[in-house]
Amino acid sequence: MTTTVEPLNPPTRRGLELALLLGAIAIVLIAWITVDLNRNGTVPANIVPVAGGLFVLALAVHVVLRWRAAYADPLLLPVTTALNGLGLVMIHRLDLAKGQLGTDGDAYRQIVWTAIAVAMSVAVIILLRDHRLLRRFTYVSMAVGFILLLLPLVPGIGLSVNGSQIWIKLGPLSFQPGEFAKIALAIFFAGYLVQTRDVLSLAGRKVLGFTFPRGRDLGPILVAWVLALLILVFEKDLGSALLFFGLFVAMLYVATERVSWIAIGMLLFSVAVVFALSAFTHFQKRVDLWLDPFSAANLERSNQLANGLWGMAAGGLTGTGLGAGRPWLTSFAESDFIYPSLAEELGLYGSIAILLLYLLFCERGVRTALGVRDGFGKLLAVGLTFSVAFQLFIVIGGVTRVIPLTGLTTPFMSLGGSALLANWIIMSLLLRISDQARRPLPDAPVGIVDDPAEAEPTQVVRLS
Amino acid sequence: MNTPIRRLSVVMAALFTTLLVSTTLIQFVQAKTLDAMPANKRTILDNYARERGSIIVGGQAVAKSVPVEDQYQFLRTYPQGKLYSQVTGFYSYAVGAPYGLEHASDDLLSGNSDTLFVRRVTDLITGRKTAGATLDLTINVKAQKAADQGLGKSRGAVVALDPRTGAILAMVSHPQFDPNPISSHDLATASKAWEALASDPNKAFLNRSINELYPPGSTFKVVTAAAALEEGVVTDENSVVPGPAVLDLPLTDTNLPNENRQPCGPGDKTTLIHALEISCNTAFGSLGLQLGGEKLRAQAAKFGFGDVIQIPMRVTPSSVPADLNAPQAAQSAIGQYEVKTTPLQMAMVAAGIANQGRVMTPYLIDQVRSANLDVIQSTPEPVELSQAVSPQTADILTKMMVSVVDNGSGARAQIPGVKVAGKTGTAQHDLGKPPHAWFISFAPADNPQVAVAVVVEDGGVTGSEVGGGRIAAPIAREVMKAVLGK
Repeated sequence: MTTTVEPLNPPTRRGLELALLLGAIAIVLIAWITVDLNRNGTVPANIVPVAGGLFVLALAVHVVLRWRAAYADPLLLPVTTALNGLGLVMIHRLDLAKGQLGTDGDAYRQIVWTAIAVAMSVAVIILLRDHRLLRRFTYVSMAVGFILLLLPLVPGIGLSVNGSQIWIKLGPLSFQPGEFAKIALAIFFAGYLVQTRDVLSLAGRKVLGFTFPRGRDLGPILVAWVLALLILVFEKDLGSALLFFGLFVAMLYVATERVSWIAIGMLLFSVAVVFALSAFTHFQKRVDLWLDPFSAANLERSNQLANGLWGMAAGGLTGTGLGAGRPWLTSFAESDFIYPSLAEELGLYGSIAILLLYLLFCERGVRTALGVRDGFGKLLAVGLTFSVAFQLFIVIGGVTRVIPLTGLTTPFMSLGGSALLANWIIMSLLLRISDQARRPLPDAPVGIVDDPAEAEPTQVVRLS
Repeated sequence: MNTPIRRLSVVMAALFTTLLVSTTLIQFVQAKTLDAMPANKRTILDNYARERGSIIVGGQAVAKSVPVEDQYQFLRTYPQGKLYSQVTGFYSYAVGAPYGLEHASDDLLSGNSDTLFVRRVTDLITGRKTAGATLDLTINVKAQKAADQGLGKSRGAVVALDPRTGAILAMVSHPQFDPNPISSHDLATASKAWEALASDPNKAFLNRSINELYPPGSTFKVVTAAAALEEGVVTDENSVVPGPAVLDLPLTDTNLPNENRQPCGPGDKTTLIHALEISCNTAFGSLGLQLGGEKLRAQAAKFGFGDVIQIPMRVTPSSVPADLNAPQAAQSAIGQYEVKTTPLQMAMVAAGIANQGRVMTPYLIDQVRSANLDVIQSTPEPVELSQAVSPQTADILTKMMVSVVDNGSGARAQIPGVKVAGKTGTAQHDLGKPPHAWFISFAPADNPQVAVAVVVEDGGVTGSEVGGGRIAAPIAREVMKAVLGK
């Protein structure tokens, strides 16, 4: 690894963060007011509590960062606030269309969930002093991750939505455990791979220029594959299966630097997809809808995808304006289809801005992974970042007809508590890791003693 | 580990690039195509939010949009109910606008037409809400009502034309339907009404006057006579033509008999005018034999057979088949075999003869006005479709057709004080069913102001010309009287 020479006392950039945060809140508030102006011609009465609430929430994280992670990345929080806020604005806008106001509206629920998510985020930053602590929970995470993933299959609490069984219902609460499984599995993969990467990357034989692993080292990827297959077959959710398997393969590749793992992964997943396609009409229908969403027969079956595309087309370059379009014509406009909803009202310029916000988020995640010094931190940061990017690709790729539509949420924006909570935790973990990455090296090690085996200067010596 | 992290970040960048490209494709490159899809509810709602132009007949709206307090903002209503159902069609959120002027003139009514471009721009600048254009129709209210009453409960169609211009004065197709429930904003009501209409065995949605093809039967003898006169097979109405009881057709065992099994005149001969008066099959069959299929077909084409006409609704082209052999030509000459025609086409035949042989292109829209009543398109200059026959031939044919009404099978079309020209028809179409009753006519014969074609489905009596004369002729008479103000 190349060692970057850092200034002795690098700036914390907390001031920049505060400025950007105020900018993000301003954008959200302007959007919120625009909705009501376009709908009712009045400035919304609840603008003061909404503005105050947003400000207090965002500022709470900011203050905690100043206190507990002063060197954390200054862009992650403003970007997250802007995305969360824009999602809220669209949910509020759809509430207005439905005539649901006040506490029975989705926006109210989403605001409550945002508050809980922020509290969770603050708790993570305060309680988790160093991300390397998470390594201790490698195998606990594995167990938690697997259980969460398979929880929707437990009879009695599993809930089937749109043919996919990825929800569970506990009393009045329902949530998607897969969102949390993502975090647990990223921790597990990072902890596990940092231990086994030498074996997985060294042994093997060379075929056609690629070094292929030994048979017995295929174990982990096969376990991950079987898990993905279980999700595919029993939860009928191509999106989740693709997300978890993709996350594992990506982290495996980062840990081992071996392209052959990606080849093996893609091959295995193709087999699974071909199998699922031939065995289940559920997937055939999705593929059919994907190939031709506008045929009369497919419109009869589900006009959701077509409506989303028509909505985006209606937005065109500049959009209809917030509150002036018809996003409610698309079913699930506030969750799976929140991106087309925003695209309709904000236009292509708005959609590109939203995508660039996500891109910025991921770029900060990658920078964190590059900057942090320990292998576990690198793997965790890149894993979490990739999970956000890949999930975004799966859901937005689904609504823009790049891939067949699956039932994942748009990070930070979709209506839904579990997704919001999980993504804010991901952001907090990235903040925590980035604090380590950007903090100047202390004169003497404090607190945790690094495992020398995983220190970056230990280079892998290639035998072949 | 930084090298694979950098490579993975390139992968992520590629994922984002894909999304940027796909979004741009949808919102910019394909946006217009997606907007224009017929099933796109957003486009439909956009059109609803704009006041759609009215359709006016005789100063009264037969279709208009009234403001309502729901998400569609305007409700399309048809104050006259069924009377203009096939002319207007309907404009439904649930179904669309597949028929009539609502379909054919959608771009004018909705305000999307290119001719309204300047107005849209000024509306944009002045902040005025853009509205669709209003259509004034050529239809004569009295003639329309007379045609409607005349058809009564029968299935069939009536078309009346102004022979001098081609303006459509009446256009009725029975059965009719009420376009109001289908256009309802209550989607359940609309769907129910639509399902009832779509599954109607009598096809009330069909505008029989322009979109149904019937065998013309004996009314087609006028076309055969025109061809014979134009080709010099006969010289005038008094030319002697064969008129045996049964015409032997070459190449086949079948023969062409007269319905009453009697010869049309002494010595199996008759005059052309008498042959038309009594609708002599063998006389016109033998003219068909002498002319041959191609000449018959060419004459029919001059009257407009085979032309794609838009009034602006698309008129189904009428046809005389090509490559007819001799017996087929004889059958075709009396309007049987595979000769198929719309009522409008037969009205054009009558109108062409009335107008000195000049067939005028029919049209339904008199003028187009903007929402604030400025005329955008004034009454069209009459357009000649073709010179079907010479003025001399037209005179002879008129004389013969007057004789049909005065002395022959069309007596019931007589109007006191007005010279009426006409021709009856009885068209076999299905052996188990009564034939269709036809009547084509125009009046006054010396100064034609109206030409009419009437068809009453299954309205005839097998083996007799009385169907056309008894059932269809009175309807034509009432329509002509309505136009002439008698």
